[in-house]
Amino acid sequence: MRVTAAIAVSVFRESVRDKVFYNLVLFAVLMMGASFLIGQLTAGQDVKIIKDLGLAATSIFGLFIAVFIGIGLVSKEVERRSIYSLLAKPITRAQLLIGKYCGLTLTLGANMAVMTVALYSVLAYTAWGVSPEARATWDAPALDPALLKAMLMIFTELMLVTALALFFSTFSSPMLSAALTFGLYVVGHFSADLRNFQQVVDSPAAATFARGLYWVLPNLAQFDIKSDVVHGIHVPLGYLAFAGAYAAVYIAMLLAIAGLVFSRRDFK
Amino acid sequence: MTNRSPAASFASVALAAVLLGAAVQLQAARERAYPSAAEVSDTALYLQSGSAVRRMTGAYTAVFADLYWIRAIQYYGGTKHRLDAATGLLPTVVEPPPSIAADAFPLLYPLLDITTTLDPRFNIAYRFGSIFLAEPYPRGADRPDQAIALLEKGLRAMPDKWQYMQDIGFVHYWFRHDFLAAAEWFTKASDVPGAPWWLRSLAATTLAQGGDRRSSRAMWMALRESGELEWLRKEADRRLLQLQALDMIDALQRALDDYSRRTGHKPDWPTLVGSGVLRGIPVDPTGARFDLINGRVQLSKSSSLYPPPEEPAAAGRPPS
Repeated sequence: MRVTAAIAVSVFRESVRDKVFYNLVLFAVLMMGASFLIGQLTAGQDVKIIKDLGLAATSIFGLFIAVFIGIGLVSKEVERRSIYSLLAKPITRAQLLIGKYCGLTLTLGANMAVMTVALYSVLAYTAWGVSPEARATWDAPALDPALLKAMLMIFTELMLVTALALFFSTFSSPMLSAALTFGLYVVGHFSADLRNFQQVVDSPAAATFARGLYWVLPNLAQFDIKSDVVHGIHVPLGYLAFAGAYAAVYIAMLLAIAGLVFSRRDFK
Repeated sequence: MTNRSPAASFASVALAAVLLGAAVQLQAARERAYPSAAEVSDTALYLQSGSAVRRMTGAYTAVFADLYWIRAIQYYGGTKHRLDAATGLLPTVVEPPPSIAADAFPLLYPLLDITTTLDPRFNIAYRFGSIFLAEPYPRGADRPDQAIALLEKGLRAMPDKWQYMQDIGFVHYWFRHDFLAAAEWFTKASDVPGAPWWLRSLAATTLAQGGDRRSSRAMWMALRESGELEWLRKEADRRLLQLQALDMIDALQRALDDYSRRTGHKPDWPTLVGSGVLRGIPVDPTGARFDLINGRVQLSKSSSLYPPPEEPAAAGRPPS
């Protein structure tokens, strides 16, 4: 456990050294720019649009970090040949893999925490001085605590995407890993189409195959509660618990297979 | 190797700034020397299917809905601005040439349709959008059918939105002059749990007095009461002022006609003031002077209430 934690902290420090958190500056500029510009472009929908934009930006920035850092967690060690010195130490390959995963998750968590504070700050600024009558027209308050639910689901989704990237990186090249992870990310958001495939094809075999894929591939659409939260629609805690449990089990499965592949890999 | 002195760094930054300045100057000089042709208006909507856009935007449909909404507003505002400028050049034209008015806002409905397909709960897109669509030229697309279709789409997404039912009734009343249909929709709206009590009386008023100014006033007051959007409240206030101006015009016209009958000639404002019929040159509720042209009292074109609303026809006449 201590070994895993030490590796995680080391990954976190490396991401700080690699200036991963520079994306926060871009996020801050985007949000501040939006808060000034959107009021001029829309008809009283600034709060909704800032929420949409903030949540989408958090998700996209996190996705790029999860994929591009995730695919390099193992491959960089192999390229730099530092994997030999690492594996010569009293740590198992599984510990190394899990430590790397936890380190990137920590990075994503820190990143998202800052983005959440930034989003709330911009929303507070936008809502400042708005009349109670105008506030009454909003679907949800500007500083709605339910936004945290959406942030939590984005984080959960990113944890799953990180596990996918790490899994692919244990047996394929970085480019291929990135392509596969992005591919599954896209497919994961259209899983409902796979489930209802029989509505568009006549072949029962194809429909059964698509339905099988629906159950096997990661269902990422369930983590997308951004629109519900922005429109003030209640998302029950039970739903969050089910989605979180699904992610935990799927991540564990991916890490277990990644560990198996990684343990058999020959670095000669 | 990479350690540069502060002076060298400053020189690099200064050089970059100078070069950027030069690029800006060159571009400005080129634009002066070779002015670009008239700007091409953005009238192309490459993707007209909301479902297709929804599939392409994946987990980011809400942000794309916002983008399409912003585009719809810019499109409406830009087109209206161009139309206002075009009709402003004509002397007293309110009715546009059919070729202009027939399809003045061709992209408005597709843009609103995509917006609401991407985000089916985008309340403002339904309520604003329906007004933009239903308003007659040049304030809108003059397409009450599309306005109703948009609101009905909103009702399919949110069946308990009595405001959309009220808006459909409003479109039937004001733009199609179909008072029966309007009353039906107001009644439907009043049946929704949580709907305000006055919807039922609005339905009754519409049915009994559809088309007269009192029921129009009742309708705009109702819309102002239900105005969950600031813009709608302001629009309702403006419409109520227009109705007040119409009342004033009627009273002034009566006084003027009476004077003409008695004296046998058509007076101007100073004559009426001088003869004591009026205490001063009359102004509308915004403070703009009324025009007096060929013996008819009219709203001034400089008034923010111009043009006056087309008043619905007599009660009980359903649309053909």
